Amino acid sequence: MPKDSGIGASSKRREDVRFLTGKGKYTDDMNVEGQAHCYILRSDVAHGTLDSVDTSAAADMPGVRGILTGEDFVEVGGLPCGWQVTDRFGEPMQEPKHPVIAHGKVRHVGDPIAVVVADTLAEARDAAEAIDVSITELSAVVDMAAALADGATKVHDDLTNNLCYDWGFVEENKDAVDEAIKGAHHVTTLELVNNRLVANPMEPRVAIGDYDASTNDHTLYTTSQNPHVIRLLMGAFVLGIPEHKLRVVAPDVGGGFGSKIYHYAEEAIVTVASKQFGCPVKWTSSRSEAFMSDAQGRDHVTKIELAMDENGKFLALRTDTMANMGAYLSTFSTCVPTWLHGTLMAGNYTTPLIYCNVKAVFTNTVPVDAYRGAGRPEATFQLERVIDMAAREMGIDPIELRMRNFVQPDQFPYQTPVAVVYDTGNYQGTMAKLLEVVDRDGFAARKAASAANGKLRGFGVASYIEACGIAPSSLVGALGARAGLYESATVRVNATGSISVMTGSHSHGQGHETTFAQVVSDMLGIEENAVEIVHGDTAKIPFGMGTYGSRSLAVGGSAMVKATEKIIKKATKIAAHLMEAAEVDVEFKDGQFSVAGTDKSVAWGEVCLAAYVPHNYPLEEIEPGLEESAFYDPANFTYPAGAYACEVEVDPDTGKVEICSFAAADDFGNVINPMIVEGQVHGGLAQGLGQALLENTVYDENGQLLTGSFMDYAMPRADDLPSFEVDHSSLTPCTHNPLGVKGCGEAGAIGSPPALVNAVIDALADKGVVHIDMPLSPSRVWAAMNQAG
Amino acid sequence: MYDFELVKPSSVADAAAALGDEDAQALSGGQTLIPTMKQRLAMPSKLVSLAGIEEMQGVAVSAVGGIRIGAATTHATVAKEVAGSYPALAALADGIGDPAVRNRGTIGGSLANNDPSACYPCGTLASGATINTNKRAIAADDFFVGLFETALEEGEIITSVDFPTPSAANYQKFDQPASRFALVGVMVAKFDDGVRVAVTGASESGVFRWSEAEAALNGNFSADAVAGLSVSADGLISDMHGSADYRAHLVGVLTMRAVAAC
Ligand SMILES: Cc1cc2nc3c(=O)[nH]c(=O)nc-3n(C[C@H](O)[C@H](O)[C@H](O)COP(=O)(O)OP(=O)(O)OC[C@H]3O[C@@H](n4cnc5c(N)ncnc54)[C@H](O)[C@@H]3O)c2cc1C
Repeated sequence: MPKDSGIGASSKRREDVRFLTGKGKYTDDMNVEGQAHCYILRSDVAHGTLDSVDTSAAADMPGVRGILTGEDFVEVGGLPCGWQVTDRFGEPMQEPKHPVIAHGKVRHVGDPIAVVVADTLAEARDAAEAIDVSITELSAVVDMAAALADGATKVHDDLTNNLCYDWGFVEENKDAVDEAIKGAHHVTTLELVNNRLVANPMEPRVAIGDYDASTNDHTLYTTSQNPHVIRLLMGAFVLGIPEHKLRVVAPDVGGGFGSKIYHYAEEAIVTVASKQFGCPVKWTSSRSEAFMSDAQGRDHVTKIELAMDENGKFLALRTDTMANMGAYLSTFSTCVPTWLHGTLMAGNYTTPLIYCNVKAVFTNTVPVDAYRGAGRPEATFQLERVIDMAAREMGIDPIELRMRNFVQPDQFPYQTPVAVVYDTGNYQGTMAKLLEVVDRDGFAARKAASAANGKLRGFGVASYIEACGIAPSSLVGALGARAGLYESATVRVNATGSISVMTGSHSHGQGHETTFAQVVSDMLGIEENAVEIVHGDTAKIPFGMGTYGSRSLAVGGSAMVKATEKIIKKATKIAAHLMEAAEVDVEFKDGQFSVAGTDKSVAWGEVCLAAYVPHNYPLEEIEPGLEESAFYDPANFTYPAGAYACEVEVDPDTGKVEICSFAAADDFGNVINPMIVEGQVHGGLAQGLGQALLENTVYDENGQLLTGSFMDYAMPRADDLPSFEVDHSSLTPCTHNPLGVKGCGEAGAIGSPPALVNAVIDALADKGVVHIDMPLSPSRVWAAMNQAG
Repeated sequence: MYDFELVKPSSVADAAAALGDEDAQALSGGQTLIPTMKQRLAMPSKLVSLAGIEEMQGVAVSAVGGIRIGAATTHATVAKEVAGSYPALAALADGIGDPAVRNRGTIGGSLANNDPSACYPCGTLASGATINTNKRAIAADDFFVGLFETALEEGEIITSVDFPTPSAANYQKFDQPASRFALVGVMVAKFDDGVRVAVTGASESGVFRWSEAEAALNGNFSADAVAGLSVSADGLISDMHGSADYRAHLVGVLTMRAVAAC
């Protein structure tokens, strides 16, 4: 029987009432008394020296309160990068300064040049047109290989070249991998591109700075996935504002997908402008600005080689990747192609020897950072593509080849050759579940039916593993993270027994207000509605690291469980006192404390009241009140895994791909709210299939963004997608967090691109097509069919 | 957007007078013009709204088998009103953009704009329609001059479009994946005096008639008749969504499909 509340119940998302009735309170819905608006004049060339920015005429325009340029920020810190990668030779990465407003040079289309603050946005925009900017255009660095060539134009003049780092992992394995590949029975080699994406959350970014001169308090309202991280980065590293004088509020946020993790220039700009011009200052990104100022995702070019013995047993894997950083290092950009990518190259398999080389490259393009999946989709895509190609070359069924190489259920905990240890999993289990869901035996008949209609049908699978529940602080610290990655929670029991949970996690579509309440109410045996989740305001919540990397429930939820356990412990003491029993004899079940073997009992509400009205209370032993906090630092990553299948039909006359069916069998560990998990998978699949079929970010050779709007950047729409089959019943609970949960936010976007591409290549195999780079747009598929033939 | 003045005349004559001002521009459904103004790429000082002009609204089916569509009639209205009299044109209108676009955008605006990937220019040219303005009647064959260029003079207003109704017709639109305008669109219309084939989305100089296909179909109206034909890729659009070769290929495929569906 499905439960109707608590852990395991598909409770309706309580936040949807306000979202679906237009009552959500997003940053752009906020207007602070007396606020002015700012318009950001951005570079329309990709690379050039900024010779002069003359604002004198603009300053006299109607309504203008003030203008900021790069000059105003030379004294403050640049936007920081949160992860220092050490290269193959033990040297730190090259780390250029990232000025808040461009100074000396512009380095990508969209780089801010000047900021006009005026009474209205129209006035700010009018004045921006009166700013006289003189730029001497330089040749733009766009292609990564060209950027790395000797004598290439440098994006940053003060660096040696355009190479951020040359990373090798595991460096000690390099020679052994080379040897194994040399001597192998068969080596499959594939060169591929992981296409650059624009995150495009429905809500564009917004920032409002509000400075109170009477108290010297700064408030920043911003569209962020992690308000405390922004407070720390901007306060400590950029503007020098101590934490107690800076409040960061991230209210309802309309999707982030990673793009709202980072500290952006506009946050510092409105904060400075508010103080300097004596009024609250609001900036709202237009969609066009979002295309050229939100951090973009992916953009890897990879060569992967898989060595096998005559039975298809994987012997060694070698990869060579160029990863685009864009013009500057966004907050977590450097860890994505390294520690979130190289560590996943074992996939679900027992490949004993692995070596990844990653060269991170500066180009005159928008900065690139984590986007739903972050590094793990790039790892999974190349691995699952090369395995499919290997299966074809070796004449082994692609599922069979995977099965032969899966880590076996009895091998957990499994030490991979790429540092991480998988605590648990069952890859055969999810594959078997997948095959239950899809009718693979019926495929031949469906293919014949398609052929009769002039269509080519294909079937593809992919397995994936990801590292979620980011992350053990000591481990990531050793790897170069400049932050810890624990999470926090405060559980405040109110006097009448209702509960406010203050969490460091941030919900921007994930439904935490529902799921987290299910967990706490279940633990306390009280109504879900008696639990309120508070998030998104540094003035209300304990210091926490926010939401990304499918970490909220695994890490934030664990902190909440720990705090709730402390509450139960203290409440049990109070109950024991009220019942005049020994603490060890007190049981707590369904919101009722009782003494075993007696009829003595006391309800949750009575205990809470006693804590706040301590007339009859063990004051000599414990303090009044019932409020506990916990910080939880995970012992390991969690490793969600699964198997996906996709069936497509290709129209050979036009190259158009239609997805006929898509099935996902995931192991997320324990599931708190199946409906929400299913929704997360649907969203992830839509984004992954969007990457595989439609989305692409294209710059021309001058660094102009050709896909700067939805007229050319193809987002997936409902009618591009089939009705998904989603299953998460084959599960192995995480062994090291109290809820046994693994995280489900990114899986769909990780596992689906290779499944789709494998299906299309299967459809086109008879035409001699072995690979097509994403997105598999009609024109690319048609070109591939006609070139191969 | 810059400041502008908005006038709402109720007759074509008043609209024409208002458009006499320098920098005045006609506003119909605003689906093209308003976004351009928001990006500050267009800056008319005065907008003359055509939406309130009764004589430019609606669809009239004449007894002799022609259809007159008021220039300010929305795509949604056309889709509904000509579904019986000219189903291929109704389907074309119904395939433009999304419901919001179809409930605002108008045939007059689409023709005056002459986007090289738009649908109506294709439907109009294939139909051999006549574009009526406040000054004259212009044959479709003379109307579409080039990329975003028409035979319209400064301030000239399209008032209506006369469509002869074909005995059979079909419009095949292959979507550009992002905008869902036509990557290539082909309309085939069969009249007693001959077949007309128009192609949109493909050419660098806008919508055109594929005379070779027309000749072949006049002899034998079947998909097979055009199977061996191909347009030259010279002068066709090549962009990230498709090469000139691909577009040339699609013209052939879609023409066959349109004929087969007639
Ligand atoms: C999201 C989206 C998707 C779209 N998809 C498609 C599609 O798939 N296929 C397609 O064909 N189109 C598509 N369009 C364009 C749509 O059909 C527009 O309606 C059309 O291009 C312009 O019509 P309008 O009435 O909105 O004209 P407006 O934007 O008002 O005007 C356009 C231009 O025409 C002039 N003008 C308007 N009316 C007249 C007149 N009567 N006489 C003289 N000049 C006039 C205006 O001055 C202006 O220069 C799409 C548009 C959008 C926004």
